[in-house]
Amino acid sequence: MSIKDRLSGNEAVAIAMRQINPDVMSAFPITPSTEIPQTFSSFVANGQVDTAFIPVESEHSAMSAAIGSQAAGARSLTATSSCGLALMWEVLYVAASNRLPIALALVNRTLSGPININCDHSDSMGARDSGWIQIYSENNQEAYDNFVQAYRIAEHAAVRLPIMICQDGFITSAAVENIELLADRDVQGFVGEYHPESYLLNSKQPLAIGPYAVSAYCMEAKRAQLEALKNAKQVTLDVAKEFAALSGREYGLFEEYKLADADYAMVIIGSAAGTAKDAVDQLRAAGQKVGLLKIRLFRPFPGEEIAAALQKSKVIACMDRTESFNGRCGPLGAEVKSALFDAQLMPPVINYVYGLGGRDVTVEDFITVFAQLAEIEQTNDGGKKYRYLSLRE
Amino acid sequence: MQNSVEKYLRMDKLPHIWCPGCGNGIVLGAMVRAFTKINCNQNNTVIVSGIGCSSRAAGYMDFDTLHTTHGRALAFATGIKLAKPELKVFVIMGDGDAASIGGNHLIHAARRNIDLTAIIFNNHIYGMTGGQYSPLTPLDSMATTAPYNTIERNFDLAELAKAAGATYVARSTTYHATMLTNLIVAGATHKGFSLIEAVTACPVSYGRRNKMGSGYDMMIWQKEHAVPVQKARNLTPKEMQGKFAVGELYKAEAPEYTEVYDLLIKKAQGIPKEG
Repeated sequence: MSIKDRLSGNEAVAIAMRQINPDVMSAFPITPSTEIPQTFSSFVANGQVDTAFIPVESEHSAMSAAIGSQAAGARSLTATSSCGLALMWEVLYVAASNRLPIALALVNRTLSGPININCDHSDSMGARDSGWIQIYSENNQEAYDNFVQAYRIAEHAAVRLPIMICQDGFITSAAVENIELLADRDVQGFVGEYHPESYLLNSKQPLAIGPYAVSAYCMEAKRAQLEALKNAKQVTLDVAKEFAALSGREYGLFEEYKLADADYAMVIIGSAAGTAKDAVDQLRAAGQKVGLLKIRLFRPFPGEEIAAALQKSKVIACMDRTESFNGRCGPLGAEVKSALFDAQLMPPVINYVYGLGGRDVTVEDFITVFAQLAEIEQTNDGGKKYRYLSLRE
Repeated sequence: MQNSVEKYLRMDKLPHIWCPGCGNGIVLGAMVRAFTKINCNQNNTVIVSGIGCSSRAAGYMDFDTLHTTHGRALAFATGIKLAKPELKVFVIMGDGDAASIGGNHLIHAARRNIDLTAIIFNNHIYGMTGGQYSPLTPLDSMATTAPYNTIERNFDLAELAKAAGATYVARSTTYHATMLTNLIVAGATHKGFSLIEAVTACPVSYGRRNKMGSGYDMMIWQKEHAVPVQKARNLTPKEMQGKFAVGELYKAEAPEYTEVYDLLIKKAQGIPKEG
């Protein structure tokens, strides 16, 4: 049975955490994710959860403490943003390579500099190759639902990898929206108790976590880690199916919005998908065949499935809310183009950078993008493949 | 006099954006008054700040300024000082900044006795993120991450810096603003690592939650809980319970890092000592 409420994205995630009742949370304040550990610390202090809360002295320590507690067999989590995630960098890789299914609530905020506290995806996109599973959310409901599903994916025997549940800083983290929560017992039943196969201080099974791997073994360890990450794709779908049975809300690897017959397709991540859907609706009402593909699972990247979903699109816009500084495309643009190439599909793909440092993006902006896609098809002139949207020049 | 202070401020950036009752403006005022007293040369001075409410102060001062990352201001400042030892380098940090993520940089800057002047805005809380307790939040305080009270002991940052090797350590408050100015002057003219802790009020994120009243009330609290260091030395730990010493807490002479560094390089290059 669902419970209707009005919550910010941060509050929604903190409530999901309370319902999960994890063993350990370690965290350090940073805007705009601070509210998550702050709200959760009240649940701890009020005895509403059995969690040990560690207010550490840095984000590096937050991730290190989570690694320690998870290695000891405790279900562990943290939350952060921006520079906080960057400070965790060293140990993000350690969490993944040690196969520790930690959950991280990431509230996307740009990396310095110039220093700015608002949303873009430079923080999580910078960590995209750290071995973590990455799931992105469009709105508060998705942030909540994705967090409820997180441990089921991360802890799955075929996966055992850490998971990052991302939502857009301020846009969803601070905005209050209507939301449907699950009952506490339903979440607890869905997530279940954590019974790790191996953990530290188990006298029946002594264990070394994180020892030196000589060159003769290091490569095999990485390959095994890759296989686990690839498995996360099917597990994400399986967990989503169970979640749909519980909640009535369906999730996949990505969402297709009016995409099946679309000539012009937009691929996008996060909250701006909601704005883009409005643009799609307006253009559809005017008779234009436009559609949208919203990424949910970014790591592992479901390239084959995305290429199949885009196979009928004549021109594609890839929307990156980060600058990759490689001189030619953003991370989403690179992934989508690579997936299309492998599927031997060669439509014009225009990669747009938008919304950096919280720059507003409007329905009109997306309508402009679709107009540019139509112009490319009609004139057969691709023009610049890498563009900035609503930039002051 | 007014004009001489304005010279050190980016007047077009004022009024400041700190909350009503915040003491940071008083610390900023003490700094610029100290600059007039030492006749600070803007062409020869750098101000480095970390991240947090305190670090906003660098934006209001008309110098070459470097706004860095949370906790790391001293590491950046060390780089500046080593590259150009002739520069005067001031480093502004908050208590969350300097004592948590930056704690390691603090003790190592002190250990090296590098000639930096660190001014710590101690408002006892992470103010900018909304009142989470910091390593300098007093025991038994209320904070958003401690809705019943803190159970962690706080650092005495001055003692920490002294033990780590700082050669000038002082503390004042925004109530004792003149003393604060004079201590910044003394720290700035001291050769070696100097740390001046400025106790400042955060009525919004700390005072309100701890029923300390307005910014004015919190300054009265400072007046009532600060003990001049000469007097404090004659009091027992029990008598000092809940109070803190203000004034010049420690001063010593020790080789300054960039000078020792320069000597070593000259020796390695076979250049004879001057004189």
